[in-house]
Order: sequence, then C-alpha cells, then structure tokens
Amino acid sequence: MMDQTTSLVQIKGIRDGLLATFADAAWEDLRVALLAQIDERPTFFQGARLAMDVGAQILKVNDLVDLRDFLSERGVSLWAVISESPTTEHTSQLLGLATRISKPRPEERKRFTDVSDETALFVNKTIRSGTRIEFPGNIVVLGDVNPGSEIIAEGSVIVWGRVRGMIHAGAKGDRNAVICALDLSATQLRIADEVSAMLKPPKDPRPEIASINSEGRLQAEAWKQATLS
Amino acid sequence: MTAQVITVTSGKGGVGKTTAVANLANALAMDGKRVVCIDGDIGLRNLDVVMGLENRIVYDIVDVIEGRCKLRQAMIRDKHYPELYLIPAAQTRDKNAVSPSDMVRICADLRPDADFVIIDSPAGIERGFRNSIAAADRVLVVTNPEVSAVRDADRVVGILEAEEKGSPSLIINRLNPVLVKNNDMLSAEDVLDLLGIQLIGIVPEDESVIIGSNRGAPVVTDPKSRAGQAFRNISKRLQGQDVPFMDMEAQTGLWNAIQRLTGRK
Repeated sequence: MMDQTTSLVQIKGIRDGLLATFADAAWEDLRVALLAQIDERPTFFQGARLAMDVGAQILKVNDLVDLRDFLSERGVSLWAVISESPTTEHTSQLLGLATRISKPRPEERKRFTDVSDETALFVNKTIRSGTRIEFPGNIVVLGDVNPGSEIIAEGSVIVWGRVRGMIHAGAKGDRNAVICALDLSATQLRIADEVSAMLKPPKDPRPEIASINSEGRLQAEAWKQATLS
Repeated sequence: MTAQVITVTSGKGGVGKTTAVANLANALAMDGKRVVCIDGDIGLRNLDVVMGLENRIVYDIVDVIEGRCKLRQAMIRDKHYPELYLIPAAQTRDKNAVSPSDMVRICADLRPDADFVIIDSPAGIERGFRNSIAAADRVLVVTNPEVSAVRDADRVVGILEAEEKGSPSLIINRLNPVLVKNNDMLSAEDVLDLLGIQLIGIVPEDESVIIGSNRGAPVVTDPKSRAGQAFRNISKRLQGQDVPFMDMEAQTGLWNAIQRLTGRK
C-alpha cells in the first residue's frame, strides 16, 4: 500500500511549503493516495501549506472544493494548484488558489559536467542588472553586459558588445585567462585574484583585451592584431 | 469590448509610477475611453490621493478578494470623467493579502466592461510587483534619467523577459533638457542605449506635475503643461496612434528664455 501511494503522489519540501506531484492516474485514486500519505504522518502535515502539481488532470470546482475540505480537516491548507489544463487552472483561479509557484532559479537548473579548456557557454542576449552567469569554462556573450550584472568564468570571457557590469575570468585561479570586449568600460574586472576598478569610460569605445601582464597586474589595452599571437 | 491590461512599474521607488498612472488614466478618459485603475501598492496606497478620490473610499481591493463586497462596489467613479474608475489598495494590510491569481481574476472580471485596466505597481521586485504583472497584457517601465533608476529598470526588464511578459515599453520621466544639454544628466539616448527597449514617451520635468498631484488634479488636464502634453501623447500611442515625440529642446531655446523673463513661465 505504501509503495503504491508514494508512486502515485510524491511530496517534497519547497521554499513555499510542500509540493505534491501527481502521477498520471484516475483523480479518485490520486486523491485517496494523497490523503493516505497525509494520514500516515499526521503530525508532519499538521499546519502545512500544500501546493499540488496535477499535470494534465482536468479538475472541476467540486473536485477541488472536496479535496480542500478533506485537507483542511487534516490541518493542511491548499494554496496552489499547478496544471497544464486550462480548465483546471480556471477552476483554481475561481477558488482563489495560486496557479504558479516560484520557479527554481535558472542557475540552479543547470549542472555542467565534462567541461574542458575548450568548452564555452554561448549567451545570445544582453545580460541585464541582477543577472549572474557562472560557467566552469569560457563564456561568450553576444550582447551587452549591463551594470549590476555579473559574469563569472573559470576560463576567458569574450563579449561582442559593451561591458559595463562585473566580469571575473579565471575565477578558479587561471592567470592566463583574458577578457575581451568591443567596449570595456566595466565597473570592475577580475582575472584570477587580481582586481581592477581603474577603467574609466573611454571617449571613443574600441575593442580592448584585459589580461595579467608580466608584472602580475591586471591591464587592459587596445586590441591589435598582434596581441593574441 | 475587451480591455487591455497595462501595468506601470519601475523597480526603483519615487520615479513617478503613480503620477504616470493617474495622468494616463485621465488622458485616456478624456478621449472617451472606459478606464479602470487599480492601485497595487497594498499598505502604501496613494493613487487615490493623486487622483483626488481619497475621501470616497468605502471598499478596497482586499475587500473584493476576501468577499466583503462586490467588485462594482469597490470601483470609485472619478469626479470629472464618469467612465474613469479607481479600485483603491487597502492601507491597513500588506502585499500578502493579494495573490497573482487574485489579480488575474479581478482583471478577467473587468475586461468585458472596460477599454483599459491600468495597474499601479509598487516599487521593488517582490510580491506586490509579481501581483501587479500577473495579469498584464502590456508593461510600461518608468524611469528617471538617473543611473540608479535606470539600473533598477534594467533589472525589471530582465525579470519581465524571464517571465515571458514580452518586452516592455519605456517612459522616461522628469527629463530636464537644460541639464542634459550641459551634460549633467543622462540623455534619453543614453537611457535607451542601455535598456534597449521601445520608447513610448519622454516626460519633461515640470513643477506643475507636483502641484497637480498634491491637488488631486492630474497635470494632463492642464492644456498648457508640457508634461501634460507628454502624457497625452503617450495615451494616444497606447491607443495605437502614431504621434511624433515632443521636441525637448523647445524649452531651452530663446522663446523659453523670453517666457521666463516676461514671467509667463
């Protein structure tokens, strides 16, 4: 019985309370399975806020009202129903339930493996304030890097656009990493553990490359054909 | 008839969201549109003050959500325009009294009977902001030509893009052409250059805006005010008309100097 109910309904903790994810089965079975799980550990569920992800399940007002009553008898308050079905979404809106819960942060979504020196993350948009992009290889941006954003790469960073945010290349200590951009008027640049805040906005923007020079200091210079060879 | 839901937001506080909402709503009502404004700033309401309707509040949006009154009962009719309504915020509650789905539901109820629903978002990017954009068909981002305001606007644009609300339109508020000319203020081009979104209006700095807000008579109803003209132009653009942008330089020129000397300004 235990195995069957857990395979139909999975309950886990999220930032906003508990989230129950339903398998694709008859609603009646799912409802029974959910309540059975709650009845098994009544003290754990007492006072909980529950969100449900019901998939494509089509639920009418009666279905949800019944379930909400059963849940509140057990001290569980239902606050959100997430569904792919417009009917179900409409139903939950009628009942004043949320139909969306905060999505996991994008940076938590991706986990990178198998990154070598030659791997790069390609970002084809302008990076706006409050955005942080981290990658264990190189990063290439086609767009601007706006003030208030952060780009952190273990390798080099290349920006086909203006840099006015913070860029950290060689974040794990690679002193050979470089930062190049069409216009490098960043608030701050970092390569490995060197920090530079010297960059004043140039009058006429030109492509620049920042690297750690032979004296061990972070330096930006105008890009010439010979620079990289 | 199905209304367009427009949310006015900014990220940073004090850039003129509420002023913009009151003025745009009045301008649309002047053109005979049926407009409902919603104050989304639960706990810190002031759209009612700027619109001059403070003393008419009986029910507010939280009363509607919690079932103490019907939606109609919370809609306050404007003093001048019978087709302009305000749904005020609750002052004694906080943002958690409203959920995004509540806003979607209220706007769905309003859509059949209005041309425009304009939501005044609170500052910030938290719950109140999320509530305000939940039902939006279109978002207007207000900013001042100041580095801090532009940066917050940039953050808001990023969130709107991530939420797949589409690219918002930009209102640059309180631009001072004299300061821009002397390189003491960001120009409209500087702001647009950074944000990279569509411009829908530039509102020049104008002290009659503050006077109007304090009197509860939005400046847009004053035919002589330049800021009022700018808001009227934005309202025409919201209605799909192609209106050329005002010449900001007009204020810095010789004519303006003469006006100032002769005390007409």
